Amino acid sequence: MTEKFNLDTVKNAATTPETELPWAELGLKKNEFKRVVEILGRRPTAAELAMYSVMWSEHCSYKSSKVHLRQFGDKVTEAMKEHLLVGIGENAGVVDIGDDWAVTFKIESHNSPSMVEPFQGAATGVGGIVRDIISMGARPVAVMDALRFGAIDHPDSQRVVHGVVSGVGSYGNSLGLPNIGGEVVFDSAYQGNPLVNALAVGVMRHEDIRLANASGVGNKVVLFGARTGGDGIGGASVLASESFDDTKPSKRPAVQVGDPFAEKVLIECCLELFKASVVEGIQDLGAAGISCATSELASNGEGGMHVELTNVLLRDPTLTPGEILMSESQERMMAVVTPENAAAFEAIMDKWNVEYSWLGEVTNTGRLIIEWDGEEIVDVDPKTVAHEGPVYERPFHRPEWLDRLQSESFTASSQYRDRPQSGAELSAAVLELISSPNMCSKDWVTNQYDRYVQGNTALAMPDDAGVIRVDEQTGLGIALSTDANGRYSYLNPYEGARLALAEAYRNVATSGAKPMAVSDCLNFGSPEDPEVMWQFAESIRGLADACQELGVPVTGGNVSLYNQTGGVAIPPTPVVGVLGVFDDVARRTPSGWRHDGQAIYLLGTTAHELDGSEWANLRGHLGGQPPAVDLSVEKMLSELLINASRDGMIDAAHDLSEGGLAATLAEMALRFNVGARVGIDELCERDGIDAFTALFSESQGRAVVSVARSEEVRFTDMCSARGFPHLRIGVVDNPPVPVSSAASSGAGRPGVDQSWTEDHHESLAEPTLDVQGQFTLSLAALREAHEGTLPAYFG
Amino acid sequence: MTSTAQETGSTASPVEDSVNAFEGASVAGARIGVVTFPGTLDDRDAARAVALAGGTAVSLWHGDETLKDVDAVVLPGGFSYGDYLRAGAISRFAPLMDKIINAAKAPSAPLPVLGICNGFQVLTEAHLLPGSMIKNENLHFMCRDQRLRVENASTSWTNQFSTGQEIVIPLKNQDGQFIADAHVLDELEGEGRVVFRYEGSNPNGSRRGIAGISNAAGNVVGLMPHPEHAVEPGFGPDSSGSDARFGDTPLASGTDGLGLFTSVLHSLVTR
Repeated sequence: MTEKFNLDTVKNAATTPETELPWAELGLKKNEFKRVVEILGRRPTAAELAMYSVMWSEHCSYKSSKVHLRQFGDKVTEAMKEHLLVGIGENAGVVDIGDDWAVTFKIESHNSPSMVEPFQGAATGVGGIVRDIISMGARPVAVMDALRFGAIDHPDSQRVVHGVVSGVGSYGNSLGLPNIGGEVVFDSAYQGNPLVNALAVGVMRHEDIRLANASGVGNKVVLFGARTGGDGIGGASVLASESFDDTKPSKRPAVQVGDPFAEKVLIECCLELFKASVVEGIQDLGAAGISCATSELASNGEGGMHVELTNVLLRDPTLTPGEILMSESQERMMAVVTPENAAAFEAIMDKWNVEYSWLGEVTNTGRLIIEWDGEEIVDVDPKTVAHEGPVYERPFHRPEWLDRLQSESFTASSQYRDRPQSGAELSAAVLELISSPNMCSKDWVTNQYDRYVQGNTALAMPDDAGVIRVDEQTGLGIALSTDANGRYSYLNPYEGARLALAEAYRNVATSGAKPMAVSDCLNFGSPEDPEVMWQFAESIRGLADACQELGVPVTGGNVSLYNQTGGVAIPPTPVVGVLGVFDDVARRTPSGWRHDGQAIYLLGTTAHELDGSEWANLRGHLGGQPPAVDLSVEKMLSELLINASRDGMIDAAHDLSEGGLAATLAEMALRFNVGARVGIDELCERDGIDAFTALFSESQGRAVVSVARSEEVRFTDMCSARGFPHLRIGVVDNPPVPVSSAASSGAGRPGVDQSWTEDHHESLAEPTLDVQGQFTLSLAALREAHEGTLPAYFG
Repeated sequence: MTSTAQETGSTASPVEDSVNAFEGASVAGARIGVVTFPGTLDDRDAARAVALAGGTAVSLWHGDETLKDVDAVVLPGGFSYGDYLRAGAISRFAPLMDKIINAAKAPSAPLPVLGICNGFQVLTEAHLLPGSMIKNENLHFMCRDQRLRVENASTSWTNQFSTGQEIVIPLKNQDGQFIADAHVLDELEGEGRVVFRYEGSNPNGSRRGIAGISNAAGNVVGLMPHPEHAVEPGFGPDSSGSDARFGDTPLASGTDGLGLFTSVLHSLVTR
């Protein structure tokens, strides 16, 4: 091989201690670089420096967050661990859902790449989290995406929204993974830092769980999948300029480029490897690429590995060893295979036309040795790279502005004095609310995602949770929801995190599933800002406390810091994903009522809680304290919803959250295009509130359900026995259709051809949402308001 | 991965059980091949649909040299080879496609072939069906429950429907806009080879609202919407073309797609 650069060998490093190294440009602090020199007892080689710099980065090492994240482990009880097969620390946590089935799920951010290059950033965000799931031995079965964009009418949102949505869609659709839910939020606070959090979930039999470790001395290490290229090298330009040869390309894109077809083939190929039991350990290549995979596999196994780096198949032959080690080229996996299984491994690669190269073998030397054409360029203890990075106790303090913010209640504002009060005003307010960017229909987004593929989707957006059947024989299945409210967290990060968990937990229970486990994606500004660090610390404390109170463990997740532009941080945004389990998905509860004459009940009580609400948002107000959350109430509500679903008492359920009762009633009616007559006078009287508060307050621990007449006594008895507040607020209004138009059907659901509704609806009684004594809105008017917003902005 | 298909012997599959549940014992023996190309996505769904209809699904690999004595073949949806070239343009050259093309053109008892979405695109690339697909008019991937009108109920894949019947099955694709020269379109219309047409507004700009077509013999049918996603109550569309009223339709219970699979089984028994 002809050298295109001066090879910096271990031998060379030992004899040239004075050589200047670009550690600062690679993101290492001076003390960190000194620590590397101390560990090695000499200066690092260029390749070693590359490895330490990426592995000790905030993204890979969690150096600022580690001391706080410990709470997720410390606050876990034995009971919470009961169903945990694999906890935090592996690629993704694994939960036992019964019948020998296990589920693995995780949510991860891809925020910065999605700002720079929205399509590829979002696409590779999906690709990365799916590889985490595969590397646990699971077949991926669904994805979700929690998205936060800047203001809907900001010109840059056109670029970001189109790019992100088509990126998520393109990658997930091409993998054959149904997208079953997520979030879409617009807020100018995210203008410079949109958030793209992707969740993936996979299923496997217990015996198929695979862990990332390199065990068995003499076993072979193989890299397979896509070739390694120059994409995604964080500090590549620095590394390149460190080279003594300036004829090669020096700038490379820092954003990875996705190839979903390669990943789809990789999934099938990996599942065949697992089925044939030909891999001992497996690791996906994500952040920090080969640096991460080799150091983690080695340190989790026998402790040593020997690798010949020139064996790596390259897309770009000019890459230096350091670049190869840092490249974040997508769609790659690394596995450990016994020599006896090598032929079987190769046969499966050949069947799927997947390229592979044998890089080296597992040793028990405790050293990770990487050679370049036989010359040693890396000689490190892999643990010091993967696990013994720096840990910081960053200073933090409560922001001084918070007291003033929390004292500025919406109730004391001029906007509150001007609140809608008459029936006509309330009617207009409901239309304004459900057409607003955050409360409007997200069909424009979700209709670009395949929700049908694999044939196991029992619920998807816009229902409260996505529901997937796991076992086709028994109907055993799972529900998933992700939630966060950056406005609540901005007002009170401790409570905001608890509220995020409460909502995700409630959503899963509303679909009828029993919440089991949590994955979190913690999106914050710079940890070097003590106020941001305080928000971060408070959020973790809140989430860990709430998990303990609800008895659901955090099984894994991801931290995304430095989400700030020009010194302005995003609001604290702890996105919480909750996984729930069904014995049989046939009993899941959709979010809309269908049957004429069923009684509509409101569960829970409504307080005067409008601070941080969507209504306050519409009036440009942010202040006060977020709604109070009582987790014992949430737990009881969830038990009620799960029992009522299991025993067939309810046919529809939808939680109350952003937008309050007004949003919930409108969404329940629009879900199947079925109207209702509702009265709120009794509610106002019982809870001591006015009609405006009844409709727009965001009090927690509430849900609306529809109950068959035959089940009403049983249902109310159940609520009364537990002392849970319940109030009959209305009845489903779906009058029989004349026989002559009996053939007409099929419209109404988002996604069904709407033009047909226009052609035929004259033959049906016009469905309405009638809030008696206040207003009557036709569902056609509600639908037009609800569904028109995103198409109006994005086409 | 086509583990639900019978030949791979997955006993935990609903595919197998439903075979016995089917009433016509002679039909249960019918072997319907489901082809997997690299990047195929809906192969497991197609195998499930075959089994729910009462047939035996046989998984076929694109590189296979034999059709394993199947009685009919389904080319499922997906993004074979990533659709990085024209959709279906590479898959069309798979070794198995030669066998399928020959069998489909056989003068006597031609092989019934159904191409769904990407499978339809493969059939047009293989010239078993005319026309081609370009990007949807709105340039987005689109997933929705779609109403169709069955225009020809005499093909191998539609004989259990009636002409003019409305059905609802999911439509989900990026390149779903059917195009062909005017004279080809006239010929398709004139010979009754338009098998499915979009009802209501045209979702993707397809010429003359065409959703599916057949060859002259009626054994080869291709369509863009996905019948295999409307075969099992609880996991299909929220509606069907024949239910009495939308509001009473149980959640996700639309199974209108099953008719394509029962049709081919019927055609195999009666031919």
